[in-house]
Amino acid sequence: MGSIRLEGVHKAFGNVNVIPNVDLDIKDGEFVVFVGPSGCGKSTLLRLIAGLEDLTKGRILIDEQNVTNAPPAKRGLSMVFQSYALYPHMTVYNNIAFPLKMAEMDKATIDQKVRAAADVLNLNDYLDRRPGQLSGGQRQRVAIGRAIVREPSAFLFDEPLSNLDAALRVNMRLEITELHQKLGATMIYVTHDQVEAMTMADKIVVLQAGNVEQFGSPLELYNKPANRFVAGFIGSPKMNFVAGAPAAEHGVHEIGVRPEHFDLSTTDGKWKGTVGVAEHLGSDTFLHIKTDVAGLLTVRADGEFGVKHGDTVYVTPNPDKIYKFNEAGLAV
Amino acid sequence: MATQSSRSAARLMMAPAVILLLGWMLVPLLMTLWFSFRAYLPLRGGDQGFVGFDNYVRFVTSSAFWPSIVTTLAIVVGALAICIIFGVLLAILLDQQMWGQGVVRILIIAPFFVMPTVSALVWKNIFMDPVNGLFAHLWRFFGADPIIWLSDIPVASIILIVSWQWLPFATLILLTAIQSLDTEQLEAAEMDGAPVLKRFWFIVLPHLGRAITIVILIQTIFLLSIFAEIFVTTGGAFGTRTLTYLIFQRVLESQNVGLGSAGGVYAIILANIVAIFLMRIVGKNLDA
Repeated sequence: MGSIRLEGVHKAFGNVNVIPNVDLDIKDGEFVVFVGPSGCGKSTLLRLIAGLEDLTKGRILIDEQNVTNAPPAKRGLSMVFQSYALYPHMTVYNNIAFPLKMAEMDKATIDQKVRAAADVLNLNDYLDRRPGQLSGGQRQRVAIGRAIVREPSAFLFDEPLSNLDAALRVNMRLEITELHQKLGATMIYVTHDQVEAMTMADKIVVLQAGNVEQFGSPLELYNKPANRFVAGFIGSPKMNFVAGAPAAEHGVHEIGVRPEHFDLSTTDGKWKGTVGVAEHLGSDTFLHIKTDVAGLLTVRADGEFGVKHGDTVYVTPNPDKIYKFNEAGLAV
Repeated sequence: MATQSSRSAARLMMAPAVILLLGWMLVPLLMTLWFSFRAYLPLRGGDQGFVGFDNYVRFVTSSAFWPSIVTTLAIVVGALAICIIFGVLLAILLDQQMWGQGVVRILIIAPFFVMPTVSALVWKNIFMDPVNGLFAHLWRFFGADPIIWLSDIPVASIILIVSWQWLPFATLILLTAIQSLDTEQLEAAEMDGAPVLKRFWFIVLPHLGRAITIVILIQTIFLLSIFAEIFVTTGGAFGTRTLTYLIFQRVLESQNVGLGSAGGVYAIILANIVAIFLMRIVGKNLDA
């Protein structure tokens, strides 16, 4: 079991309100990702849930139990840190066994649980090594192993993949998602990378300056962003925002169009522009187009689109996929 | 240091320092060895030629030898124990955020700047004096009979003085080690359910292992040769004669350079035994 509820959570460091007021309801077994730009308070929020920071105001409930003032060990959560925080003087085996030893389990049970966890994570060959002798991905797995042996009600991940190289990150992303399906436990995952958020999450919490901008499934956030910030943050490359005359046509302050929601043509279309940079990725082509009416736009074309710097192209936004925002940046 | 020419240039540049240091070490060593085989009594006939291993035999068979070894080890082990236990505690204390941290740190380090002779005199006259010392006043204030520190518990007194001098060094090294501990590790241990004392035992102490090793190695070398503290306080009386002090007495008070030199060679051997012994026990810590 592992439902987590935050009620009116407020955290201030001195005079700085890091988290003004957050209400959040995370159901048992959900994979929830906190995402936002750096300094938005997502790690602080995670640490509040973990119990590593004290709340200034509000309540945290785990499985309907009020744990607001409970120490971290009593909350039944385990955490994977950004630096992994492995104990360098202990072998992999002892690292994984540490939480069980602290719980004063008997040797046989510890051994059985550690080996089971090592099986799940393919760590059997490394149990006698020390963290210093492992690669980044292996250390990551040890940190996860140490988290899962205790069978916690929820896992907390604090940017666990940010120290890995790009290829390994994609791999570990899959492994963590698979682990979630295998264990079925609640997981809260903090990242600043919206791709990680989109690919892994059941639900995403978009944070900005300590406020929850939107809470919903990845596709909900992609299709129905609540405001300009979420619209700009979710999706890669970033959504194009156009104010002025084109927006006035739709009767709003500003419109947004994703790079993938344009029709491109070399002969005719709504907005005329010249190609600045063309990024040919093979499967896609990203064009940076300078238009007279709508300013600089990023446009995605399927496959190869044979234009180069300085060519004239016409872009037409897909009329069903135009997001409209009012002066306050809220979606209308 | 990649190319042949840069390597030979480096050797050339280092040569003067290496030669000077080598000479600095070798000349006294060779002279000690030379005198240790000779009957050399400056006031009683001068250099009287080779006597083989006579000096060596006389030095160990003298009734003062084994007690001096015991005293030496007692002082080294006692001072080390105090320095490490209190050094770790002080380092943890100084690592906490507190008001006036900078000043407190300087005050803690201050004893290290005091010369051994001066600190021994300060302790002897200001603290440990049985009539006018601060301790005597303190004891009398509580209605107790003052301890006559330097004759009743002389070895403990000297350990106290020496520890006071060397505690700052241990604290300083242990403090830098504590500051290098990753706070996420402590948080991880906290999440793993380890209470404060277990966090100290399983995380902080192993992390300090290397620093403790360094403190033990360096301080042992210096503590084996303490002299001024004994000379100034007890003058080697009341069972405070260490090996170093015994050698001093043989050479200067008995005016027997040959016998003293033989003792010096024993001291070299003892220091090396201790060094090898320590390296083997704790050397593992330095590899990790």
